[in-house]
Amino acid sequence: MGPVETPPRRAEELAVIGKRLPKVDAWGKVIGETKYADDLILPRMAHARLLRARHPHARIKAIDTSRARALPGVLAVITGADFPPVKFGILPVSQDEEALSTEKVRYVGDAVAAVAAVDEETAERATELIEVEYEPLPPIMSIEEALAEGTVRIQEYGDGPNIHKLVSLEFGDVEEGFREADLIREDLFYFEGSNHLPMEQHAAVARWDPDGKLTLWSSTQTPHYVHRTLAKVLELPMSHVRVIATPVGGGFGGKSDPFSHELVVARLAQLTGRPVKCTLTREEVFYAHRGRHPVLMWVKTGVTRDGTIQAMHFRSILDGGAYGSYGVASTFYTGALQTVTYKVPRYKFEGCRVFTNKPPCGPKRGHGTPQPRYAIEVHLDKIAEALGLDPAEMRRRQVVEPFSKTANHLTITTCGLEECIDRVVEASGWREKHRRLPPGRGVGFAASSYITGAGLAIYWNEMPHTGVIVKIDRGGGVAAFCGSIDIGQGSDSVLASVVAEVLGILPEDIRVVTADTDLTPVDLGSYSSRVTLMMGNAAKEAAEKLRGLLLDAAAKKLEVSPAGLVARGRRVYLRDDPERGMSFAEAAQLAEAAYGTLAAAGSYRPPRRGGKFKGAGVGPTPAYSYTACVAEVAVDPETGEVRPLEIWIAHDGGRALNPLLVEGQVEGSVYMGLGEALMEEQIFRKGLHKIPSMLEYKSPTTLETPEIRTILVETNDPEGPFGAKEAGQVPLLPLIPAIANAVYDAVGVRVDEIPITPEKVLKGLDQKGKGQEPRVGPERFPRVSFPEPIRVESAFGQPADLSLKRE
Amino acid sequence: MSERAIRLKVNGREYQRTVEVRKTLADFLREDLELTGTHLGCEHGVCGACTIVMDGEAVRSCLLFAVQADGADLLTVEGLAEGEALHPIQEAFWEHHGLQCGFCTPGFLMTLYCFLRDRPRPSEAEIREALAGNLCRCTGYQNIVLAAKAAAEKLAATGR
Repeated sequence: MGPVETPPRRAEELAVIGKRLPKVDAWGKVIGETKYADDLILPRMAHARLLRARHPHARIKAIDTSRARALPGVLAVITGADFPPVKFGILPVSQDEEALSTEKVRYVGDAVAAVAAVDEETAERATELIEVEYEPLPPIMSIEEALAEGTVRIQEYGDGPNIHKLVSLEFGDVEEGFREADLIREDLFYFEGSNHLPMEQHAAVARWDPDGKLTLWSSTQTPHYVHRTLAKVLELPMSHVRVIATPVGGGFGGKSDPFSHELVVARLAQLTGRPVKCTLTREEVFYAHRGRHPVLMWVKTGVTRDGTIQAMHFRSILDGGAYGSYGVASTFYTGALQTVTYKVPRYKFEGCRVFTNKPPCGPKRGHGTPQPRYAIEVHLDKIAEALGLDPAEMRRRQVVEPFSKTANHLTITTCGLEECIDRVVEASGWREKHRRLPPGRGVGFAASSYITGAGLAIYWNEMPHTGVIVKIDRGGGVAAFCGSIDIGQGSDSVLASVVAEVLGILPEDIRVVTADTDLTPVDLGSYSSRVTLMMGNAAKEAAEKLRGLLLDAAAKKLEVSPAGLVARGRRVYLRDDPERGMSFAEAAQLAEAAYGTLAAAGSYRPPRRGGKFKGAGVGPTPAYSYTACVAEVAVDPETGEVRPLEIWIAHDGGRALNPLLVEGQVEGSVYMGLGEALMEEQIFRKGLHKIPSMLEYKSPTTLETPEIRTILVETNDPEGPFGAKEAGQVPLLPLIPAIANAVYDAVGVRVDEIPITPEKVLKGLDQKGKGQEPRVGPERFPRVSFPEPIRVESAFGQPADLSLKRE
Repeated sequence: MSERAIRLKVNGREYQRTVEVRKTLADFLREDLELTGTHLGCEHGVCGACTIVMDGEAVRSCLLFAVQADGADLLTVEGLAEGEALHPIQEAFWEHHGLQCGFCTPGFLMTLYCFLRDRPRPSEAEIREALAGNLCRCTGYQNIVLAAKAAAEKLAATGR
């Protein structure tokens, strides 16, 4: 069922797809009936709390749990010794975490022991009675310290004493490109880390049945990987472990790793024979983290006079925190997608991830790409100014060719970026505003691209990335089963809509059953913007199989050819004589009588189109999405405060399966980008998180979030279900540099460091007043011993090879 | 631990319970009455997810003790709909996609319940001001503000 054989149907023929329909799960959410993980209450349920380290780096010499065990109401106390000596981690190459630390703690917040008790307060009090003897070790708290320290090690593996990963790749000869350039510019940027700040604090409930089977309910974006991890760490067959992801109250990447508390409640349930729940406090959510990596970046680009990029060389150093998490992938992502937005014929990337004694960083919306996008879009703004070119027009002329390959062997299918740029330039009045607004007011432009699902799974194998089973009962009821989990993005609605469209019924006619490893086929999880495209394709395949059976059975009854029948409006009827037909339920009964029980499966695996070099696994995707953005800001020269006034954003996410939901994703991305651009930061002092509370960790409210003007530019991508690409991540990317460029337009200050706080703006204004260079940002890039690059011929400009389709 | 007997009305129903004096009203609603529609996002009065209506005023149930609600009349998100008919504010959030993950939604609904009663025809600026104490990480607030406007119109049309 390749995309070329079945081109998406014309929009006017579609009954559900493309319509502005409310979410299928909204009803339960407005009446307070949706059960998030912390809402689960099971008979005899006990409550767990974790004891977390107060040292950023220390050896564990002894743990005495006797006083905690003696406290009335305590049911069990466990340490790392109560688990098999098995480490875990989301990536097979970084199995460096323990359910509870046994030898060392590596950040303030690392879990060392846990208690189950009759209630949460007793469990909390018992953790305070656990005595841990530590031998403090020197903490490593910054990129510079991590690179300089040769003796003290946080982890015992990696590409250097405290270097987790080093990457070096070169596509084409960048030096040759620099020789052909009229202008070469180098810039340094820093992007501070931030937390996802999901409204729901992580929670998990475990139940251990007497037959030795475990059930875990958890607020997770990746039930499949939690399933694998529980089986591995608890040394259980996967068939004895059932993971159910509860509706997730916000994820943004922060619930994509397996976590200590999930393993701990499972073990405690086994030991106590009672269901056990653990809900993290808000402070613990900041420790669990896996948020945006702080990244220091250096970029050098050579361009000709008209702004055409000849070559780009990009270096990044990621502050990874204490564990691997998704870090290897994050490192590659800081370099992989530079070539997907504009034409970059020759490209070199050197990346480095260090370990520090801070909560581990991982994927946050945009995973590894908002930092370089910010750097490059500000860098290009400076280049445009140096060349005297309009920065939007300069970029527009360099947008990648649809259906072509990039220097680093990535395949681009559809690309609506030119139109996105035209639309935001037009809507915002860019030409009348840029460099023309009164002092203190400014506009900034930026664009971006992102993947629609990672082309390779975390565990490389030949199996599908997702599967959907559709079943029809005798009353015409339809159920769709998939391992996907709705984290607010609307995956339940996508599943229902695709199946409804194919079968000619409505989304509300469909019961979606999701994210239950016992009941649903595997879906790898709600990350990398993969669910709409991958699950959508699988759902379409399953539903089309059943529609075929329904039409065949109805055709026999009506004594016509099935080719002349359509399924629509809860009926099956003759296209040319709509009166002749039957209800959907009757067609289902005829089909069941003719072919037996009506159930069908569909599955999806992305095409394998990446390069053949080591490191080619990060970057490929079935299709890239695109966004262009103009931000208008007011900057107060007295306080340094930056106030976003209006945002224009145009998004190419392929065909919008449901424009209402796509716009919601765009608006949410813009909001989250604003928070990162202006205020959010995960920062530390003497090993401690400085602001681990919602009060002090600032995020935008209704008052700081301006009107967002969303424009959908719909391409029709051959890879996506009904032509759809992604919507949830790419719109965050251009927002941050657009704000930075707008601040420069407003007051002439370059803040080359995120977030753009009032303090930094004032510092820049002060420098400007003194006649110094009005720039605030990093001054140097530390020396890193990058290895000799893997040299690969540039594939830039080659045509896309769409014959390499999914199987 | 000291306990005290309290008597209160929640969503029109009378309850008598004995509670620990240090138990928050939010925990009491969620654990003792199993009304889990009231959510906790920060447990220190910042995010607004736990907002309920107490004696006609929107309050943060994480900042109150259950004993402080002795004798009070409470309304939670579970009491907003009348039978199968959604409250106009709920309807507006559903229709205008005023929620994504839905975790913050009950707090927004209850805040608006009091605000729109006191200010039936608010401007957008007034809506934004009224909702500035409720955090949402999914929507960018745009459709929440839109839903609030639509709810005001619906309420005006139904004379509520």
